[in-house]
Amino acid sequence: MADDTAMLPEDYCKWGVVDYAIEQPLCGLSGDARRGKQIVSDGHLGNCLACHQLPIQGIEAYGTIGPSLHGIASRFTEAQIRIRIVDTRNINPMSIMPGFYRDPRLINRPGKPYRGKTFLTAQQVEDVIAYLVTLK
Amino acid sequence: MNLLKACFIMLSGALPVVAASPLFAEEAKSGYAFIKPDTRAMQDDDFENPGILSVEQGLELFNEKQDSASKACADCHGADGEKMDTKSIARYPVYDEKLSGIVTLQNTISNCRNNIGSKALPTNHPELIALETFVRNRAHGETVNVQTDGPMTELLEKGEKIYQTRYGLIDMSCSHCHSLYPGQMIRGQKISQGQGNGFPAYRLDIGEITNLNQRIQQCLTLMRAEPFDSDSTEIKLLQLYIMSRSNGLKIETPAVRY
Repeated sequence: MADDTAMLPEDYCKWGVVDYAIEQPLCGLSGDARRGKQIVSDGHLGNCLACHQLPIQGIEAYGTIGPSLHGIASRFTEAQIRIRIVDTRNINPMSIMPGFYRDPRLINRPGKPYRGKTFLTAQQVEDVIAYLVTLK
Repeated sequence: MNLLKACFIMLSGALPVVAASPLFAEEAKSGYAFIKPDTRAMQDDDFENPGILSVEQGLELFNEKQDSASKACADCHGADGEKMDTKSIARYPVYDEKLSGIVTLQNTISNCRNNIGSKALPTNHPELIALETFVRNRAHGETVNVQTDGPMTELLEKGEKIYQTRYGLIDMSCSHCHSLYPGQMIRGQKISQGQGNGFPAYRLDIGEITNLNQRIQQCLTLMRAEPFDSDSTEIKLLQLYIMSRSNGLKIETPAVRY
């Protein structure tokens, strides 16, 4: 099922789950909320708005597949948000949501340009988290 | 926390079973129910529906005898295809033991062309798509009626398994969108049930007539997955399964879809 021939990219940082959360920032990086806001809106990057509602103005159409992310930081800690972005299937195995920093070796039949890659880079994930924790 | 973990384990174990159970099976609805009103109007008006051009192109090819060929399609099936049985068209994809399994409508058209000595064309060649669109359009309004018993039972199970398998970097299965979330918005579009009754359909997003085989490939590419080859077993199983989900729906070819 998984892509057995794929190698783990050299710069892939391992992460660990404790109590349904990832406490440590990926690769020890710190995020930038301003960049994070751009990543969540960008259809070629996070594309979060495809499925979620967010307090971002001037968006033509939100998705209604996932829950609204208004006030997400008052419901979850940073570490709980992190696991949901990195690989939410650690919480809900049936989730439709892609793992934005899922182990690329677990991806089934990735397209050639995407083999051995994560959806977002570790820095981009941390940027998104830095933005989401501002949504109280 | 322990209680929470126990609940979670129970829940995560139970979810796939629940989701796959017929309790959640919704009544089949054509993609027509999910498109915008102006797209519906476009589909319904033969002068506005861009897919009609493909029907007309198919009709021309149907009547054309190639130099190498002994006759045209129309010589057997009527100038307007009126001798074709619309109920048989609505049965596709069909099972044929001699042809080693699933046979799509395009396979039959292609085989027929080869039999009369027309130049062989690769799967999804624009001329084959036009002929497929024309032939399927002859059965417009007919009820999709794919065989689900006999040798199809096992093939449909295999097709369903593929339908429920996650593919690509976006890591979703067909069922994630088209069985769990139809009616929800993904950006500006409503997610449909992923039915096959409108195909070949004119796709506004790419501005081209598209058959189900191509649509599956486009969806997989969107999932950032390596799409199945047009002639692969996997795509035929998926086509069969998807069309069987459309049993009972009316053929709308050429539908207009996003």
